[in-house]
Amino acid sequence: MLTMILRRIFLGLATISIVSLIIFAGVEILPGDACTQYLEQDQADVELLEKCRDDLNLNRPAHQRYTEWALGALTGDLGMSVNGEAKISDLVGARFANSLLLAFFALLVGVPLAMLLGVITGLWRDRKPDIIFSTIAIFAMTIPEFVSATLLILVFSVWLGWLPGIVLTSAGSPISEFFPEILLPVIVLSLVMTAHVMRMVRSSVIEVMASDYVQMATLKGVPYWQMVFRHALPNALLPAINVVALTIAWLLGGVVVIEVVFNYPGLGRMMIDAISDRDLPVVQAIALIVASIYVCINLTADLMTMIANPKLRTMYLRK
Amino acid sequence: MSAPAFINIQNLSVGYTSQSGEIIRVLRDVSLSINRGESIGLVGESGSGKSTLALAALGFFKRGLRALEGDVEFDGIDMLALERDDLQAIRGGRLALIPQNSGQSLTPTLRIGQQVAEALRLHSQLDESDFEARVVELLTQVRLPEPATLVSRFPHELSGGQQQRVAVAMALAGEPDALLLDEPTTGLDVTTQAHILELLRDLASERNMAMLYVSHDLGAISRVCDRVVVMYAGEIALKGTTKQVLLAPRHPYAHGLLASIPRLTQTSLPLALDGRPPMPGETITGCAFADRCALADERCQSTPPALKQLESGEEVRCFHPDRIDQLPVVNKAAANKTVTQKGEVSADHGGDALGLNQLAISYAKPSLWNQLFSSGSTPPATVDNINISIRTGETLGLVGESGSGKSTILKAIAGLISPKTGHLVLNGEARLTPKVEDRPALHLRQIQMIFQNPDDSLNPRHTIAQILAQPLRLYFSLTGEELRQRSIELLERVRLGSHYLDRLPSQLSGGEKQRVAVARAFAAEPAIVLCDEVTSALDVSVQAAVLDLLNELKTQQGTTYIFVSHDLAVVKAISNRVAVLYQGRLCEIGPADAVYSGPFHPYTDVLLGAVLEPDPDFVPKLSADDVVELSPPETGCPFQRRCPRKLGKICETDTPPARLFDNGHQINCHIPETDL
Repeated sequence: MLTMILRRIFLGLATISIVSLIIFAGVEILPGDACTQYLEQDQADVELLEKCRDDLNLNRPAHQRYTEWALGALTGDLGMSVNGEAKISDLVGARFANSLLLAFFALLVGVPLAMLLGVITGLWRDRKPDIIFSTIAIFAMTIPEFVSATLLILVFSVWLGWLPGIVLTSAGSPISEFFPEILLPVIVLSLVMTAHVMRMVRSSVIEVMASDYVQMATLKGVPYWQMVFRHALPNALLPAINVVALTIAWLLGGVVVIEVVFNYPGLGRMMIDAISDRDLPVVQAIALIVASIYVCINLTADLMTMIANPKLRTMYLRK
Repeated sequence: MSAPAFINIQNLSVGYTSQSGEIIRVLRDVSLSINRGESIGLVGESGSGKSTLALAALGFFKRGLRALEGDVEFDGIDMLALERDDLQAIRGGRLALIPQNSGQSLTPTLRIGQQVAEALRLHSQLDESDFEARVVELLTQVRLPEPATLVSRFPHELSGGQQQRVAVAMALAGEPDALLLDEPTTGLDVTTQAHILELLRDLASERNMAMLYVSHDLGAISRVCDRVVVMYAGEIALKGTTKQVLLAPRHPYAHGLLASIPRLTQTSLPLALDGRPPMPGETITGCAFADRCALADERCQSTPPALKQLESGEEVRCFHPDRIDQLPVVNKAAANKTVTQKGEVSADHGGDALGLNQLAISYAKPSLWNQLFSSGSTPPATVDNINISIRTGETLGLVGESGSGKSTILKAIAGLISPKTGHLVLNGEARLTPKVEDRPALHLRQIQMIFQNPDDSLNPRHTIAQILAQPLRLYFSLTGEELRQRSIELLERVRLGSHYLDRLPSQLSGGEKQRVAVARAFAAEPAIVLCDEVTSALDVSVQAAVLDLLNELKTQQGTTYIFVSHDLAVVKAISNRVAVLYQGRLCEIGPADAVYSGPFHPYTDVLLGAVLEPDPDFVPKLSADDVVELSPPETGCPFQRRCPRKLGKICETDTPPARLFDNGHQINCHIPETDL
């Protein structure tokens, strides 16, 4: 079991380093470099360009710069933004905390709700509760986020005036200041997420309810709800772990559209801003962070599945 | 009439409403009664409604189905009128079910102990504190090894036979008065099946239970049941004592069913029962079996026969129970088939079609990680030291229990897994490249494979025409009209017509699908056809037809077969030579007749002893435990741990020598020739 975990961690690290190489190479392949991009090639003053390159150490060979960047990233130093005004790690830190905040509340609402609705629609398959919730879920999934976000702003902040429609708090502010501004983005995110997770849980519940062991439990005389909670749900909810994990990674990696619509100072919007500012070091740093988040969350999900699923657990324990 | 029976089903019809609003009947007017201490066998092809009937006895219907009319009573209680709470008290308590395929009927996330204890909590008066002891007691009663540690195991950690025993223990937890068994031994190895059946027999007589035993396996039925009910197309076709039904069936369907079962005492192919049963909802004007019956006349086509009692006591749904002896007699018809059909391999055919030289196969490939970071000892190979040459035009049968490596060898020949050591020689000259993707087209064409389950091996979205076109295009570059003509020819060869071309696999019956799979293999005009349990997923009557077809194709084209099956009678029926494998090692090989008549390898003896014949006077001989071994022993004889004739230390240390007999009959055993 322990070797198994160590092995997965090692493979995760290997994945991240390969991704870091690809990101670095991608940026290198772009015509010009961070300085020419930032200073806009044609008009750039040669002296200014040279100074910028000096500041960012762009004159050294690529492999040296990669090693430096990678080692720096390991110690939490992601370099300076191209305008040389701030350390990227400081900029990203605050933004990441905000993304975490948004994700936390979206998950807090979304996951339990999705599970509950998934189980309800699965058990009452093709009957009223299923038809109602499944239809809503399809709408929530298919309407693009920016449309539903805009509609909610229209209803709750323009017409009813209950909630602010835009986030004005700046990146580094304490958590309490994000209320109630954060509520609308949380609602929109949980809506989309709930719909996806719910549909997955629903089909998993339907599959398990049709299984031989559920039929056997019924014919063994197990009362309905005991059968549902003891025999069906533990098996039906196992696959949900991975779907929830992907959703978490998606939320933490910056939900670009939502953050832009609500002007929320998260990782996603920072990425967009960095791209439009042509701030390549920042883009590079965020890409690496997002990749690492995906690897970490998936690793956690796999380990959790392994612990929750007796088949996998015994497989590794016996070895 | 005396007092009503313990389980009493009267005039029961079960059905569903189709999408067009029509009521489709799956069971039609079925009456069945079982008294305490009596066990009744329920047989029939898949789709005959036998499982539906057994579940109906519990007042349970699968999703969509419902009772249309009739009564189901258990000890005087009307099971169809009971509330959910009252049903729960009876189900799993006084009336328990042992399901088919316990592997899927045990909840994967609950430990064995928890699942058995749950039955105790629901149906016994015991205190929670006594559960643990009682669970262990129950597991011991069904003869499970190490019951005290087993309680904390999960279902997937047990072998199929052990899972089935847990299901029996769970049923016994409620101290049942009646047991319903739904194909409880289907899918188990012969030795395991024989042991489970003995256990059930003992329990039934010990507790004076009523048993309803559903199975398509007449061998199992004959061992356990006093009376047999034969179902056909949702109706009862024949009811009688086990002896009456199995030895002198008075219904043409039961007669055909019995004739289609391959037997160990028979050297020839069984007689196929042609046609297929009507689907639920099909309009039947006369007797449901009329279309497949050789005795059918005009009356059979127009008037449905009623179930009537004969003087000898059986109840038969047939107009001609006195004309059964006009039907082809099993042995006579099959006997003259033998010579021509199974045909000895003539010497001048010469040459080996395929040689397996020192073949060893291992699944335990060290992963990249292990190669880089650790160097543990490698476990013994899954298959080891296999030397077999297969002559052109012969059928080599490979038998053994699950885990004997028979399918693994087929995979290696097909190039799906690379041998660890050793090699394969095609036609006595060309060495076969291990990996299928590296083989030249000629070799690919010459070796074709037919799989166990046609549902998995035929692409459900391709029409039969598309399925057959693939090998024809690939190997012969056929197109257009030529391709179509050839496809039709192939279909006709497997006794299907050209109208099948545009159908999808889902529109075909199991037997028809397997015929398409056969046609696809033969489209390549192969020299060697690998058959992996090709009849295991089919009903016996269909199985006989597929075996017959394979044999006919072989005689026409001189094809070589390697035929893998766990069913010893099937292997005997079709093979010229038979190899017996245990734990991936060869135990015995020789001409089919010699292997089945002795001298025997101790393992062959154990296997043959456990086979159940559809004959009530037949008693199986159980000489070794049905332990499941997960990996072969490192040295010595593969069978050392279970062998009833083990000599001693030598069996554990030395590889058994080859004992040679006439006709190339070889037994690998330490016991000297004269004692085998």
